[in-house]
Amino acid sequence: MSRSFTLTIDRIKCDGRGLCAELLPELIRLDEWGYPIIASGAIPEHLLPLAQRAVDDCPVLALALRRADRKQ
Amino acid sequence: MTRLLATADDRLPLPRVDGRIIDAIHQSGLVGRGGAGFPTAIKWRAVADRSRGNAVIVVNGAEGEPRSEKDRLLMTTRPHLMLDGAFIAARVLKARRILLYIGERHESARQSMLRALGQRDEPERALVSFAAAPARYVAGAEMAAIHFLNEGIATPTTTPPYPFERGVDGVPTLVQNVETLARVALIARGTPADTALITLAGAVRQPGVVEVPSGTTLGEALRLGGGATESPRAVLVGGYFGSWMEPRVAWPAALDRDLRLGCGVIGVLPASRCPVCETAGIMRYLASESSAQCGPCFFGLRALADASSRIAEHGSSADDLRRLQRWATEVRGRGACKHPDGAVTFLASALTVFANEFAQHEAHEAREVQLSA
Ligand SMILES: Cc1cc2nc3c(=O)[nH]c(=O)nc-3n(C[C@H](O)[C@H](O)[C@H](O)COP(=O)(O)O)c2cc1C
Ligand code: SF4
Repeated sequence: MSRSFTLTIDRIKCDGRGLCAELLPELIRLDEWGYPIIASGAIPEHLLPLAQRAVDDCPVLALALRRADRKQ
Repeated sequence: MTRLLATADDRLPLPRVDGRIIDAIHQSGLVGRGGAGFPTAIKWRAVADRSRGNAVIVVNGAEGEPRSEKDRLLMTTRPHLMLDGAFIAARVLKARRILLYIGERHESARQSMLRALGQRDEPERALVSFAAAPARYVAGAEMAAIHFLNEGIATPTTTPPYPFERGVDGVPTLVQNVETLARVALIARGTPADTALITLAGAVRQPGVVEVPSGTTLGEALRLGGGATESPRAVLVGGYFGSWMEPRVAWPAALDRDLRLGCGVIGVLPASRCPVCETAGIMRYLASESSAQCGPCFFGLRALADASSRIAEHGSSADDLRRLQRWATEVRGRGACKHPDGAVTFLASALTVFANEFAQHEAHEAREVQLSA
């Protein structure tokens, strides 16, 4: 059974270190001020390990993986 | 037709209510009047499902929207009706506390609520306490209200947890606007008010609150306020989180059916004023009211205000226009609260309705602005 996940950010905790965008440029880019913009939608399966790594490595623990409601 | 404002504010016996009132609220189609327009019945169910006799009701009378006056007017003239709404909520949601969160500058509203509360019975009085909402725009946001009531700091916190999960004192909490609760009281009495309560502002002869029957057009409501003082360039529907509209589109629109009324402020911008300067002034205000906790809100709104001001003060620039368009899209949804979303909704409407003015703006002497705070 495949589960789908999305990335969420605690916008108050996030202080724009930018590590997540380095680890996961496929899904995260930074705005002018260094704060992450996350691609919408579920994380493609093959990127899940990298997403988990970005979550684990966020220095301020602002990034999280959340179960998305499965559509089908 | 029942009206909110014309309902005698007598102390009627509180209607007997049980959980079925939530169905009645649902059927009435009532949505929140604090700005977000969220269906009231859904909020009540979420708290009812979780309350173990310990829920908290927060009456949001912060009314931080600079041009809005309706919540103060209701608290001043219909305090018992509003208290009825709060006591009904407390009974149905099994709450043990009601907190009246009233803007610190709204002194006569507070006095009126105090007086009305003094006329209630002891068991009711014992439920209620007062809190003064700091006079900042964001202090009226529900998570800011909860944060303030818990810790004395009126800045929003991250969700989840949502108020219905863990709010004041960590228990399920209903945060509801003053007008919404007054409407609940009328629904419980079996006489719902099928009206819109709006505050007319800007270039209108008699600014202030008017209550109009469902289906009334914006043009008709403005006529109740004596009409526009001069030829209008645009109208701002829904206050600072609302949208600019062209007069020819807005005038025939039914207020409650065709428009997103938000907090109910209708601001008329006359053709003699500069829409670019007006927009820049309001963006500056919204940027300065960010609680500065979230990067995209703090930096994004400031950059948007700066770019708008540059166009207003030095004339149009294609680069700044492109930046405004891009940032207005990028900032949305990237704050802990909806403050940035409201601000970019407002700005995006300005860039559409005033596209020509923004593209052709020339530097001119700063003019007096009409609707800015
Ligand atoms: C920045 C900001 C400011 C707000 N200010 C107010 C306010 O002054 N009064 C109010 O009733 N709601 C305000 N709100 C909306 C509240 O968060 C909340 O949605 C509302 O009080 C819920 O009541 P309602 O469903 O009856 O509208 C504000 C929201 C935001 C994002
Ligand atoms: S989005 Fe803006 S106003 Fe809302 S909590 Fe974050 S910084 Fe404060």
